[in-house]
Amino acid sequence: MQPVIQMVGVAVGNASETGTVSIEGVDWSISTGDYWVVGGPPGSGKSDLLATMAGLYRPLRGTLRLFGSDTADLAEDHFLAARMRIGLVFENGGRLFNHLTLAENIALPIRYHHGRCAINTKERVEEILDATDLAQFANCTPGQIKHAWRQRAGLARAMAMHPDVLLLDNPLAGLGPQESRWWREFLVSLPGGNAVTRGQPVALVVACHDLRPWTDQGKQFALLKQKRWLSVGGRAELGCCDEPLLRELLAADFAMG
Amino acid sequence: MESSAAANLPDAEKAAPPLLLRQFDSVGRSIVRFLETTRGLIAFTLITLGVAVAKFNVSTHVIHPLIRSQVYRAGLRLLPMISFLACALGLMIIGQMVALLTRVGAQNLAGTVMVTVVVRELGPLAAALLVLARVGAAYVIELGTARALGEVEALEALCIDPVHYLVIPRVVGLAFAIFSLTVYFILAALISGYLFAFVQDVPLLPGDYFKQLAMALSWEDFALLALKTCCFGIIIAVTTCYQGLAQPLRLEQVSGATTRAVVQSLVACVLLDVLFIIVYLVM
Repeated sequence: MQPVIQMVGVAVGNASETGTVSIEGVDWSISTGDYWVVGGPPGSGKSDLLATMAGLYRPLRGTLRLFGSDTADLAEDHFLAARMRIGLVFENGGRLFNHLTLAENIALPIRYHHGRCAINTKERVEEILDATDLAQFANCTPGQIKHAWRQRAGLARAMAMHPDVLLLDNPLAGLGPQESRWWREFLVSLPGGNAVTRGQPVALVVACHDLRPWTDQGKQFALLKQKRWLSVGGRAELGCCDEPLLRELLAADFAMG
Repeated sequence: MESSAAANLPDAEKAAPPLLLRQFDSVGRSIVRFLETTRGLIAFTLITLGVAVAKFNVSTHVIHPLIRSQVYRAGLRLLPMISFLACALGLMIIGQMVALLTRVGAQNLAGTVMVTVVVRELGPLAAALLVLARVGAAYVIELGTARALGEVEALEALCIDPVHYLVIPRVVGLAFAIFSLTVYFILAALISGYLFAFVQDVPLLPGDYFKQLAMALSWEDFALLALKTCCFGIIIAVTTCYQGLAQPLRLEQVSGATTRAVVQSLVACVLLDVLFIIVYLVM
């Protein structure tokens, strides 16, 4: 199966310091149906890695292929078309647009890209709002609802365009146990396809600094350690890997701290 | 004693350059900053122009309502304020001027003076300054906050061009709003000014007054008025959007960016006005 995202010797840039490297030597291949969990301590470059994968920043070095095409060779409109197949959920409330209601936030990418032809925009928005239990807040602005609902709305907005890949940056940060359970139950059905994706399988990449909630559902695991990319393997390898950082990310004290 | 005191000075003070050199250094830095800002503003204007042309027909059903909302915000909502300003300035300047011209027997120059003062100078500048104060400053805060909170990055993640979605509606909206407000301002100021003069028993009939105005106006006045007010709108929108969007901001930097944007817009509008004065003089 052709990888949906492939990185070969990629150096990821640091968004807050232009020109500096955040992560070196990323060799990574993501295919449809994958469920990757990338762990790393705060400040290890997880957000920069996801932003680069989503096409927001170009890699400083190496090759980034989106759906088989090298992004360095892609014309701007083809690059845009490839990027539209990738959904990115930001951390800390999903970076919603504060002047729009939740329904408008979700509808914006559909209306912008599909225009008047998108006769089903309203239906699609309602479908996603129902799937994420946000229907009651459809007409609220982000400032009127609590953090957990905003985070869900960020997920709903990223799902609006039927992405083939969904990148989630620390999605459980600041959420209670009940809310975390909802997220994990929702996400686990995506790699195989569910009603919201209309049966289409989605590749998932979750970046986090606490691996514990993901050990029972992630299929592949990787670490970011001292600006390096380390692939751990599957769930089976998780138990027998003696990498100290992995032990730390699986330990309660670190995660709680 | 003196030599021993000098020997006790810390190294940094001993190494401090003389005052004149520091002044030169300060002036040099200011010039470099000015040039960098000018270059940034020109580059941002060109990018905006490029996006406006390249995406002229893209997502019009999303962009056009945004333009309308900016026209409403910067134009229609400022109508009461511009009417008040126009009446006040009409009373203060025009009424007194008509009275003065009549006293020296030069009431036949009233139209020419009105056109020069109100149509060419006062109207466009007053409308531009009002919009800058009420809307331009708010743009920097909105966009700077959006940038600081990562909303601009979120737009990019959704493959929505931030210049197309955030800047173009503001540029078009402000250009149209300032033009409309200027027309309202001119009409209200000319009428209120005459009413004040009428109350003061100035022997100038309404018919004569408006005839003088019509005689003093030429088609160049209308064309240059439209061009000038649109340029004011573009300058204010581009400068405020540039300060809010073009560089990464932290929340605490938004207030500084707002001040910079207002001052730069003001200076740019006055410079443009000077340019138009030269054009009028040449004509």
